Amino acid sequence: MMEIRFTLNGRAVTAMAEADDSLYTVLRGLGISSVKCGCETTNCGLCTVHMDGQAVLSCSIPAPRCEGHSIVTLEGLQEEAKALGGCLADEGAEQCGFCAPGLMMNVLALAKENPAATDEEIDAYLAGNLCRCSGYMSQRRAVKKYLAMAAGEVRA
Amino acid sequence: MTEKKFQPVGAGVRKKDAAALTMGKPVYTEDIAPKGCLCVKLLHSPHAHAMIEEIDVSRAQKAPGVACVLTYKDVPDVRFTQAGQTYPEFSPYDRLILDRHLRCVGDPVAIVAAQTERQALAAMRLIKVSYKVLPAVLDPMEAIDNETIIHPEENWRALVPSCGADNKRNLVAQGVDEQGDIEAELAACDMVIDRVYTTKANQQCMMETFRAFTRMDTYGRLEIVASTQVPFHVRRIIATALDIPKSQVRVVKPRIGGGFGAKQTAVCEQYPAIVTMKTGLPAMLVYTREESMTLSSPRHAMRMHVRLGAMKDGTIRAIDLHTISNSGAYGEHGPTTVGLSGHKSIPIYTHNMKAFRFAWDVVYTNTMSAGAYRGYGATQGLFAVESAVNELAHALDMDPAKVREMNIVREGETMPAYYGEIAGSCAIDRCLARAKEMIGWDEKYPAHTMPNGHIRAVGMALAMQGSGISGVDTGAVMIRLGDDGVYNMAIGATDMGTGCDTVLAQMAAQSLDCSVENITVHGVDTDTSPYDCGSYASSTTYVTGMAVVKTCEELRKKITRVGAKLLGIAEGDALFEGDCVREADGERSVSLTEIANAHMMAGVEDISACVSSGSPISPPPFMAGCAEIDLDPLTGEVKLVDYVGVVDCGTVINPNLARVQTEGGLMQGIGMALMECPTMNERGRTVTNSFLQYKIPARVDAVSVRVEFEPSYEKTGPFGAKSIGECVINTPAPAIADAVYNASGVRVRDLPITAEKILLGDRE
Amino acid sequence: MASYRNYVMAQTLEEAYALNQKKSSVIVAGNMWLRMCGLKKQTAIDLSRLGLDKIEEREDAFVIGSMASLRDVETHAGLNACFGGVFARAFAPIVGTQFRRGATIGGSEYSRFGFSDVSAVLLALDTRVVLYKRGEVPLSQYQTEAWDRDILTHIVIPKGRTAAVESVRLSATDIPILVCAASVGADGLRLVLGARPARAMIVAEGMKPEADAAAFEEIAQRTAFGSNLRASEEYRRKVAPVLMLRAAMNCIAAGEEERA
Repeated sequence: MMEIRFTLNGRAVTAMAEADDSLYTVLRGLGISSVKCGCETTNCGLCTVHMDGQAVLSCSIPAPRCEGHSIVTLEGLQEEAKALGGCLADEGAEQCGFCAPGLMMNVLALAKENPAATDEEIDAYLAGNLCRCSGYMSQRRAVKKYLAMAAGEVRA
Repeated sequence: MTEKKFQPVGAGVRKKDAAALTMGKPVYTEDIAPKGCLCVKLLHSPHAHAMIEEIDVSRAQKAPGVACVLTYKDVPDVRFTQAGQTYPEFSPYDRLILDRHLRCVGDPVAIVAAQTERQALAAMRLIKVSYKVLPAVLDPMEAIDNETIIHPEENWRALVPSCGADNKRNLVAQGVDEQGDIEAELAACDMVIDRVYTTKANQQCMMETFRAFTRMDTYGRLEIVASTQVPFHVRRIIATALDIPKSQVRVVKPRIGGGFGAKQTAVCEQYPAIVTMKTGLPAMLVYTREESMTLSSPRHAMRMHVRLGAMKDGTIRAIDLHTISNSGAYGEHGPTTVGLSGHKSIPIYTHNMKAFRFAWDVVYTNTMSAGAYRGYGATQGLFAVESAVNELAHALDMDPAKVREMNIVREGETMPAYYGEIAGSCAIDRCLARAKEMIGWDEKYPAHTMPNGHIRAVGMALAMQGSGISGVDTGAVMIRLGDDGVYNMAIGATDMGTGCDTVLAQMAAQSLDCSVENITVHGVDTDTSPYDCGSYASSTTYVTGMAVVKTCEELRKKITRVGAKLLGIAEGDALFEGDCVREADGERSVSLTEIANAHMMAGVEDISACVSSGSPISPPPFMAGCAEIDLDPLTGEVKLVDYVGVVDCGTVINPNLARVQTEGGLMQGIGMALMECPTMNERGRTVTNSFLQYKIPARVDAVSVRVEFEPSYEKTGPFGAKSIGECVINTPAPAIADAVYNASGVRVRDLPITAEKILLGDRE
Repeated sequence: MASYRNYVMAQTLEEAYALNQKKSSVIVAGNMWLRMCGLKKQTAIDLSRLGLDKIEEREDAFVIGSMASLRDVETHAGLNACFGGVFARAFAPIVGTQFRRGATIGGSEYSRFGFSDVSAVLLALDTRVVLYKRGEVPLSQYQTEAWDRDILTHIVIPKGRTAAVESVRLSATDIPILVCAASVGADGLRLVLGARPARAMIVAEGMKPEADAAAFEEIAQRTAFGSNLRASEEYRRKVAPVLMLRAAMNCIAAGEEERA
């Protein structure tokens, strides 16, 4: 067991981890239940969190590597994420909701990186977020609305 | 009748759980498990067919943190089925929780429960097993009367013997349904399309794998919290498996991370359940993705031989379908899925049909047991029959749309191949016409070459499904009037992300003339929810929805009665108006809030209603789908350019949710058509055991899916509604297969349609 | 799942190298694939604190730290300008942006995955790997060697070639069924085939930069292909000349555009 100190949703935390634990395991252990695991092969996107502001797959981040870094999960973005959540809800795009937190985190990253993303850019950016319920079209509609809304706010 | 203040039916309201789901709240099974749950792990058989000769768990039992290690010696010798079906189940009772006889790779050999996952896995490595490997039957075509019998056990039991099950012949079911003289009709036809089509054991791939936790409750009963579509069936299944009274089991369904039929089978609940029964401790099993891909409840792989007879003018006179379905090592859903391959495909072509025959064999093999997957056999059958219809059109040099227009079932016609039911509400003709318009069929059919040498082509298919299982499915709904006039609605139907909690609340709000917000809903708890067979077979909107309507009717009467009493008038002189009860020909009224508060005082009268509903018929939703593809003739690669789906699901209760259901179902169908390729090696091991090896569509795989509705009105359904959930998965495979043929001349009859099959295939 | 007893955040390359001399040690780079390989090791050595994630443009080459992510490479303005956006195109199908933000260029090359899109492109571009002790080694040579205990610190991509890449896939974000990278430089046309499904290899060098379909056909006939879950040997051999032709034409066109 080793001690890992990092910032979680803006607060300093100390977590105990095994040498081969992932950030995902540590987060679930800390009661961060928005992060989900949908595969064991690093390619479903459900465990997406922000590490130093960038969207990463928490299942692939060795826990000890988080020492000193800033980790943000959906729990830490409840206010910022509300509008996006509303856009998804208005389309019925969340469906079972199991992939929603990972998607939300990556869309929030997209909004920062490419706020004027085209349809193709939205799809390409979010390609690593799998969803089996929605067929993706409603998610794209929601993300477009959200980006337009966010752009409107910036201009206003 | 006064004008309604609210019009919730037909509104695209948000799902009631949307905020919790989008914001990542802890609402799923694993999120709400008690701290300190034992971690349950399964040791899986490495062999497709074997007997355990010896198993030594002594070292494992002594390993750190281990609470128990269970083998076949520790489980009741009572066979059961995991299939979530109404009792008596068609699926044979052919399982034990753990069996000495292992019938497929992955079959559980032992259950290990420890304080942590690491400890459970470490202990598992200490179990010593010696196996006597038996010859395995991996090919369903060799199963019947094979000298290797997969279920030789004496206590194997078919509860419904009429389905033709015979374990000594490796038969799960066998039968035939026919009308007219099929051979004579085929002989009289100008042309017979005689083809064989095959589909694979596709995985549902819901994002949340199978999982459940169990604990003993305050009253010493077993409580199971499970990600399931069928809580009431799970109660019965687990009680049977554990050989305990059903009264000793309670099942709770929280939010579910998708099901698509996978969770209509109790795939994993029995394992933590027996751990809790043995240890008294809470226990949780979370299937890995690998377990979910290798030991679960996928689609039944089917081989369908179609003979479709038609006249030169395109009229379809006869269809003969023989389906061989692979049930795998156990019989879950085997006898029932196969039926849909014919009963939900042949009836589409009722109009000129003189005769049909539909025969089936469902076999045991030493492969993963199949289960229920959205479409439930109809998907397979429609790939075969719709492909055959397309092949007929090409053989006659006719437009496939024209052939369909000539032959499709019309509203009001009796469908002999659909149990003689009448197509009481049917807009399949309008669906077809609209889908053609949307895709630009007349301009694009069959194909044209692009400047870059790629070929753009279109293809189409039709589909139907049912709305619940006629004469079987049951849903009850209970609604209580609460403080301030809120309605607490309890249902036993299981929202698995589809939004049925919301859709049913919309119907209740419509019936009670209030806002959807004034109806509260709750997850399912077998102790407190009214009985519902569960959410499967496209039943919830139609069957449980009708129960909502009936319950509300009764509730309105009760509210009116109490209101009349408070107003001091005769019941017949009072009118229910949503927010009040009013004197019919006067000014006076009493508000719903006053009525609600009054009925909680001095026992005026309980204002609640609970009505159960079922249906003697299962009205089919219909659909038309058209695909436009871009085919690279030099590599065989296919890109889906556009897919349009037009659905007749009767009245659309919530257009947003119905649309997303359709888009999602289409995308699953597209995956099945183009990329999902469950594969086993020669020893029976599933090698497509992850999302790395089993590809489901990503959002860059199909960039345009467009959906519209052509509603009919189903008078036996709530507000005219029929089902939608399953029908929508059925068209992509046959539509894309025909588009590929139109682009390349290669006819792919075995799914998936890969670039390799196209490039190396024979041009016809 | 990979398992380790100790996890060491190396403070210097020397420390990492010393620890890595034991067979019971393993270097952790992006941990995208390593985590699922079932490896059991005493010590995991983490390189993320060594500043190896930089991309540096020199006069004659780009020097990319081994811990730079695929995402860093695909979005790097200098690299894209110099090589006509080939990295952005070649890496785009690799799972998703989060995955590519985790996966490292060094991890991709050290692992020598047969299915690697990355290797195919880098081989086409005369890439050299820099090993801590051994120094610079051509990637074409490194690719064929057994895994050793040196540490890959950088890769060096010389300027001067234009490249293009073509692939076929079962689905848009799957690993490739076959990938072909072509490049044109002073010595003419070079072709690399990857995901054969064996490791990427240079199948032609110094060819005249033209769309010589017959020559590509001949190359496909003499190149070793195999079958796996995704496609047969026969299919790979049949599409190889198509990919070679397209990649060659694209990179010839890109080269002409640049000269124009």
